[in-house]
Amino acid sequence: MSKVKPPVLEVDRLIDDRRTRVIVCCGSGGVGKTTTAAAIGLRAAERGRHVVVLTVDPARRLAQSMGLSRLDNTPRPVPFPQRADATAPAGTSASAETNAPVGTADEGTGLNGTPGGSLHAMMLDMKRTFDEIVEAHADPDRAAQILANPFYQSLSSGFSGTQEYMAMEKLGQLRRAEEWDLIVVDTPPSRSALDFLDAPQRLGRFLDGRLIRLLVVPAKVGGRAYLKVLNASFGMVTGVLTKVLGAQVLKDVQTFVSALDTMFGGFRERADYTYRLLRAPGTAFLVIAAPEPDALREASYFVERLAQEGMPLAGLVLNRVHRSPAARLSAARSLAAAETLQAADGKDADSHALTIAALRLHAEQMQQSAAEHRVAEHFTAAHPHVPVVEVPAQPDDVHDLAGLAAVGDSFRTE
Amino acid sequence: MSTRDTDWDGVRLHVVTGKGGTGKTTVASALALALASGGKRVLLIEVEGRQGIAQVFDRPPLPYEERKIAVAPAGDTQPSGDVYALVADPESALLEYLEMFYNLRHAGKALTKFGVMDFATTIAPGLRDVLLTGKAAEAVRRKKGARLVYDAVVLDAPPTGRIGRFLNVTSEVSGLARVGPIRNHADTVQKVIHSPESAVHFVTTLEEMPVQEVLDGIAELRNLPGGGIQVGGIMINMVRPLGLPPGQLEEVAGGSVDEHELATGLKAAGLDGSRRLAADLAAELVEHAVTAASQQEQRRRLAEPGQPCYDLPMITDGIDLAGLYRLAAALRDQGAA
Repeated sequence: MSKVKPPVLEVDRLIDDRRTRVIVCCGSGGVGKTTTAAAIGLRAAERGRHVVVLTVDPARRLAQSMGLSRLDNTPRPVPFPQRADATAPAGTSASAETNAPVGTADEGTGLNGTPGGSLHAMMLDMKRTFDEIVEAHADPDRAAQILANPFYQSLSSGFSGTQEYMAMEKLGQLRRAEEWDLIVVDTPPSRSALDFLDAPQRLGRFLDGRLIRLLVVPAKVGGRAYLKVLNASFGMVTGVLTKVLGAQVLKDVQTFVSALDTMFGGFRERADYTYRLLRAPGTAFLVIAAPEPDALREASYFVERLAQEGMPLAGLVLNRVHRSPAARLSAARSLAAAETLQAADGKDADSHALTIAALRLHAEQMQQSAAEHRVAEHFTAAHPHVPVVEVPAQPDDVHDLAGLAAVGDSFRTE
Repeated sequence: MSTRDTDWDGVRLHVVTGKGGTGKTTVASALALALASGGKRVLLIEVEGRQGIAQVFDRPPLPYEERKIAVAPAGDTQPSGDVYALVADPESALLEYLEMFYNLRHAGKALTKFGVMDFATTIAPGLRDVLLTGKAAEAVRRKKGARLVYDAVVLDAPPTGRIGRFLNVTSEVSGLARVGPIRNHADTVQKVIHSPESAVHFVTTLEEMPVQEVLDGIAELRNLPGGGIQVGGIMINMVRPLGLPPGQLEEVAGGSVDEHELATGLKAAGLDGSRRLAADLAAELVEHAVTAASQQEQRRRLAEPGQPCYDLPMITDGIDLAGLYRLAAALRDQGAA
């Protein structure tokens, strides 16, 4: 069987290209999406871009990995040391000092002639973002009425899809602000990577939908048309809903819907705007996966879906890959050598204990690496044109800028 | 009838949570198998619509229906046990609920076509959770004659970030339905979940973030209003042997490897180019030791809440059925089931 070798994903080229304005990192949970997004953001900033990283993860992981104690709904500057070996493109005058001065995030041109990139990071507060949309679109009285509504409160903090919707909304806002030339988005930790594409429209459809309007019928003359569509069932619908949810819930929904009435349509328009933004030139999707069957299966779905939607896929980041520096020694030979030594040691105490341990570990590493290779090959066989970059497993957890920079170094194009 | 003590004797609802990517569904499945061995009947419930159980047991997608999916190994003197699986979704659970309380199945079907079921569970997010946990609570209490139908129920629950909310049903629903049948339903569910018959197990790997989520999740459950929910065990997944004696680990992690000793050993084993190979293997050894040392640190953190920890070995070649039985055996050997 001939092995298909995927094209190399050149992340440095992607972030050096000034036309790249939005990078969306997606993938299933637990594959290191947040870390990857942060590492790409940092590397792009090191290479002279003005970057904001938007994370949506409630576990505050980006905050931890960027050494920030708090990330709220506004972009915060992340000071980072300018490293000589992150080498920025064209016209760089980066000094060879390893500990160059710390770049302040707000400065357009860096210190001492270093290429003046900057890095901001923010964590999405979905309720705050939702509140702001309401405040922007309704007069103060009505806004206050909406914000106090119990149904609104559960919608803005608990609705599945609100997080995704608000992430898209925030992305739209950041894009319109024109303060950054590159936005890196870390998508919400949903069970499936596809939720990110579907949820915003689902919320838009829901708020704009037939059923929710049906509920406002008593308050709206125009609602009669809907009554006709469903007239026989209408009583039954409200009857069942009242039984299941209680009359109070329906009343809250009705009040909410009539208060929000002027904003309807607005929701869907906003969702459509960001959806278009995702398809616009300048947006690049990166699918993140660990070399495991589940994660790569999700990655496959996502790649196919992006193609269907006409959204630009830049490639696959294969995270936490194990590679041995001594790959020329196969697992089988390594184990055999360990056994030979073990047999010899039988006579001679355990003089080779260290070597035996090293050989056994090496064999295990080689086996794991082979298993990872196999699942990665499955992906490439199905998607031979998708560029891939591998990020080696870090021996320790990434929890600071140095760790992020080390991850970023694996994006270097040779 | 148990012939041996386990750490969770008396627990009949096992809720399994964990950070995404830690193997929550695999561990829940292994736990169900472990609990079933020795002639027991166990129901494994999935609630996130991912069909993860079907994948773990290598089956086609499962319907909303309790189905036997595996046979647990027989004990020395005991018969084999059965694992049943159920993929619960809120809409079907709501339909079933309407039928049970209002005899509304036909109407319910019509409403499903209009999207009313989806709508109802959407405008009241807490309702989804109550319907799903309600399904588990119902299975735990279900009887045929005087006998309980299931000896144990394992719930493959949402990830740790959502677990407090998912289980704290009453307070979630109270904001929505102050009175009414759903509220009563929620109160029953609440009673089951807060009883000593229920426990929440956490799945993690020895990495910083998943461990942090375990610690946060345990604290959250303990601090829930209404007396908290019983915290179960910590299942440490994908554990690899240290490979080095503990004393040597720190030394090697610090970067000190006797390359000369390695080279001599490699030569003795008849490997060529032993000098360069020794350098490369030393680098690999140091990297491994750094990882192992940081994992030891995570282990120390996991000991803090004082809950029992169980190790599940790394299965390198992807989990198949044989691997699943190995994990189940590991859980039983350590007294988790």
